[in-house]
Amino acid sequence: MSNVLGMKCRECGENYPIAPVHVCELCFGALELQYDLEAIATKVSRETILAGPKSMWRYKELLPIDGEPTVGLNCGYTPLLKADRLGRVLGLNNLYIKNDSVNHPTLSFKDRVVSVALTKAIEFGYKTVACASTGNLANSVAAHSAAAGLESYIFIPSDLEQGKILASLVYGTNVLAVSGNYDEVNRLCAEAGDKYGWAFVNINLRPFYGDGSKTFGYEIAEQLGWKAPDHVVVPCAGGSLVSKIYKGLNEFHKIGLIDSVPTKMYAAQATGCNPITSMITSGSEVMRPVKPNTIAKSIAIGNPADGYFAAETVRRSGGAAADVTDPEIIEGIRLLGRTEGIFTETAGGVTIAVTQKLAQEGHFGKDDIVVIAITGNGLKTQEAVADHMGRPTFIQANLSSLDTALRAEKLIATTAG
Amino acid sequence: MAVNVLIPTPLRKLTGEQETVHSSAGTIASVVADLDAQFPGFAGRITDDAGNLRKFVNVYLNEEDIRFLSGKETEVKDGDTISIVPAIAGGTS
Repeated sequence: MSNVLGMKCRECGENYPIAPVHVCELCFGALELQYDLEAIATKVSRETILAGPKSMWRYKELLPIDGEPTVGLNCGYTPLLKADRLGRVLGLNNLYIKNDSVNHPTLSFKDRVVSVALTKAIEFGYKTVACASTGNLANSVAAHSAAAGLESYIFIPSDLEQGKILASLVYGTNVLAVSGNYDEVNRLCAEAGDKYGWAFVNINLRPFYGDGSKTFGYEIAEQLGWKAPDHVVVPCAGGSLVSKIYKGLNEFHKIGLIDSVPTKMYAAQATGCNPITSMITSGSEVMRPVKPNTIAKSIAIGNPADGYFAAETVRRSGGAAADVTDPEIIEGIRLLGRTEGIFTETAGGVTIAVTQKLAQEGHFGKDDIVVIAITGNGLKTQEAVADHMGRPTFIQANLSSLDTALRAEKLIATTAG
Repeated sequence: MAVNVLIPTPLRKLTGEQETVHSSAGTIASVVADLDAQFPGFAGRITDDAGNLRKFVNVYLNEEDIRFLSGKETEVKDGDTISIVPAIAGGTS
C-alpha cells in the first residue's frame, strides 16, 4: 500500500491525484509527491530497514509505489567508502565516496530512478517506456525495460560516446540518435510524449522517477551509522539529484531515523555547461540557459529542468557551487583513479575537481564529514580521456627487454633478494 | 500560410484538445495575445502578471529557444512553428 497522499505543485500549491503527470496545468510548475511521513514513521525503523534487502528497496516504504517492486530488484546499496588517500590530497580527514559507478546493473545512479519509474510505469499499465538521455539514463532504461519485458525507445544526442550508445543497443532497444544537443532531444521528447502516449521516465513519470534518487541520500545516512554528513558534493545536470539527496536526509530526520541534518549541499558542474553553478555563484534569481561545450557530456544540459530547485537547495542548506574546466575534469578522473582505485566517468571528474576547489576555498573543516557523489563509470566514457592517460611501455617477452625498458623509462623496480 | 503553434498536454483543455493551433505573423507576444483571444485564459497560463513568460515555460521558434533570440519580442513569420514546452522535463543528474 502506497504511503503517497497525492501530488502538489511546488510553485502554486495546486493539488493533483496520483497520475502520470509531471507539470501543473495552471502554472507549469513541477509536481511533487506528498508522503504520509507520520504513517511511515510508525512502520519504519532502523531495525526494519536493516532487516530489508541489500538494495535500494530496503527503503520501499519511502518510495512511491503501490505494490511490491517489480523492476531493478538488485539496484542500489552501493559502497560508501572512506577515501583516506584522496582525503590526504584534499586536506580532509573524513572524506567519503558514495560510489554509484558500481550500481547494478548499468553502472550509474540512474538505475535507482529507473527502477522506481518502471515499477510505476507497470503499475500505471504502460507497455512502452522511453527517455531522453545523455547516455546513462539510456543504458538504464534499455536494460531494465529488457528485463521487465517492456518495449522501449531511447532518444540520445547523436554525438554521444560510443560506449554509451553500444551499452544501450545491446539490450535490444530502439535507439533514436537525434541531431542536436540534449536540450533539443529533450524538447523533441516532450513533444513526442504528448503525441504517442508513452511512459517517458524523465518526463511524465518524472515525479516518481526523481524520488528514486532519495535512496542515494538514505544510503549515505545509514552507511555513516545513521548520521547525516556535514557536506555532500553532487554533480548537476538536470539538477534533480542534489535536491533529492537533501530531501532523503530530511525525510530520515522527520521519521526519526537520524537526529539532525546539518548537511550543506554543493553543486558541481563543468565550466562549459554551468547554468546552475553560475546562477548560485553570481547570486542570480534567474537561470540563464547555455549551449553546452564540455567533455562531460553526461551532465551537458544547458537548460536544466530542476535548475531552480538545485540552486534553492544549495542556498537553503548553506552550501556553495563551483565549476571546473575540461583539463581539470581529466585531472579529477586521474586523481580519483590513482588515490582510490576508482575509474569514474567525466561527471565524476567534475565532482572530484570541484571538491578539490571547494576544499581550497575553505568550505570544509578538516575533520568535517564530506561525501562526494560519484554517479557514473569511467569505462563508458573512455574516448573523452583516452589521450590523457599516458601509454603502456611496449617490450619483448624477455628479461633484457624488461631491464632496458625499466632503465629507459625510469620505472622503479627492485630485484628479489 | 499561418504560424503553427504546438500545444503541450497541460494546455489542451483550453484549446479543445487541439495539438496544433494557428496564429498570424508578428512577434511571440502578439501570437500569445492572439491565442488568448482565441482561447480565453491562454495568456495567463504561460505568462505572469507582468506579461513575461513564466519561469517554467520554454518557448521555441523553429526549434530555437526564444531566450537565445529576442525573447517575447522575437519576430514570427508565416510558416514558422512555435512550440510551447514545459521546462520540467528531462535532465540527468
